[in-house]
Amino acid sequence: MLDLILSIYKIPVINILVKIIVIMVPLLLTVAYFTYAERKVIGYMQVRIGPNRVGPRGWLQPIADAMKLMFKEIIFPSDANKVLFTIAPTLAIATALAAWAVVPFGSELVLADINVALLYILAMTSIGVYGIILAGWSSNSKYAIMSTLRTAAQVVSYEIAMGFALVGVVMAARSLNIGDIVEGQSSSIWGWYMWPLLPLFVIYFISGVAETNRAPFDVAEGESEIVAGFHVEYSGILFAIFFLAEYANMILISIMAALMFMGGWLSPFEGVSALGLGDSFLAGSSIIWLLAKTAIFMFLFLWFRATFPRYRYDQIMRLGWKVFIPITIVWIYVVGLMYYLELAPWFIKG
Amino acid sequence: METFVFYIFSAFMVLSALMVISVNNPVKAAFFLVLSFFASAAIWLLLEAEFLAIILVIVYVGAVMVLFLFVVMMLDINMVQIKKGFVNNLPLAVAVAIAMFATIFFVVGGESFSQSVFTIPDRHGADYSNVAELGKVLYSDYVYSFEIAAVILLVGIIAAISLTLRRRPNTRHQKIEDQIAVKSKDRLQVVKVDAQPRKYEPAKEEQK
Repeated sequence: MLDLILSIYKIPVINILVKIIVIMVPLLLTVAYFTYAERKVIGYMQVRIGPNRVGPRGWLQPIADAMKLMFKEIIFPSDANKVLFTIAPTLAIATALAAWAVVPFGSELVLADINVALLYILAMTSIGVYGIILAGWSSNSKYAIMSTLRTAAQVVSYEIAMGFALVGVVMAARSLNIGDIVEGQSSSIWGWYMWPLLPLFVIYFISGVAETNRAPFDVAEGESEIVAGFHVEYSGILFAIFFLAEYANMILISIMAALMFMGGWLSPFEGVSALGLGDSFLAGSSIIWLLAKTAIFMFLFLWFRATFPRYRYDQIMRLGWKVFIPITIVWIYVVGLMYYLELAPWFIKG
Repeated sequence: METFVFYIFSAFMVLSALMVISVNNPVKAAFFLVLSFFASAAIWLLLEAEFLAIILVIVYVGAVMVLFLFVVMMLDINMVQIKKGFVNNLPLAVAVAIAMFATIFFVVGGESFSQSVFTIPDRHGADYSNVAELGKVLYSDYVYSFEIAAVILLVGIIAAISLTLRRRPNTRHQKIEDQIAVKSKDRLQVVKVDAQPRKYEPAKEEQK
């Protein structure tokens, strides 16, 4: 029996499908409970309790929400372009999930170990914006189209800052492969790229918040001005898919920040013998560290939302073009200088 | 398998390119152009040019076409007006098109791309990184042309901005540097008021 299962598993297509499921199912569960965590965390930050009715302590709330959205009617606005109206959320979720193909979870745990992984993720997130643009345009609603115009300008602006921040990482690691980038940070906690690339790290994460249209950059939704932005006309499962894509993207930005700047699966206690950890799991690199680091960034997303008021549109544009892009360009020059000086432990010529 | 994938994506590319010039709605035409870019990126991937393919997606699909759509969505284009006189001008258009095609065909015809001119490129293993190879060539052999191209682009950007820049001194806008540089003294003035008790003088009741 086991032999049969193993032989089936070795068929390439089945093998890849199994791997995809192994990544997808925990991801979607994380998305579900991320929404729950968001409501709870923001609730406590605002001295409320948050959802606590469905299941013990509200644990079943995300499942109840998903069921509700699944069984609700999908309403097509009058004169809306039905084909594009349904393609839009599909495009949003497809790109949000496709980007996970190249995300490594350990030195061997990766679905597609490609050379240009970093560029692939950038490409996928940049196609993701078409989901929003299509949704806004095909809805035949003025609030949706306004949101679309805002998003188009915002995402394109912040993509530049984000790309430049990644150029710094690529320069430091001398590779576009994410596994190589993580390996380049090994030695100790001081080997992580967040120290020499601190401005790029901050800019990367803030641009990531802007790319995913989360507070305080959520002018695309802006419920106090344009109702709910691009998904104002969406209902039922189509709305749920947009929601899913947004949260999958947030987790992607978080895990990428952990991988590129905080040493991914490397342990923070690596190379520290004074603590006497020896060979225990705390000192070794494992997926637990990666997930713990990712969780920090995921929490930051929620914290930001509970803390900051929404930026005004011109302030967003100013921050992207006049603050972030100049800083990144200057810091790329600084990275070059650090390379020239062979600053240890990051820029040693191998 | 590879030929099959190639034909699927080429069909996508050619069909969507046809749709770009034949659909009625300019926004839909722009979306078809996106699809056509995407299919050509897939064909480049088949050629093992993964760097160029992904850069095509990032630059053209992710940035250029988004801005293109941004503009097209805000324009009020009346296709009926534009297509007026289509039939009248058709013979002339066909003649011009045939002339242009013939010129291109005789200059760079099918022979220029045949296998006798270009040999089939070598296949490389999974370890081969054409990003690194491209970088090496770009920054050593072609470094001057690369930098000249960069400077020309920069000049283009500056020219475009200076052409469209208009100063409007009367508009009110936020000056962040002033806001950050502000001191509490500029906003709030504490006035010292003597706290001497004033003598209580009861109002004299004037009886008239």
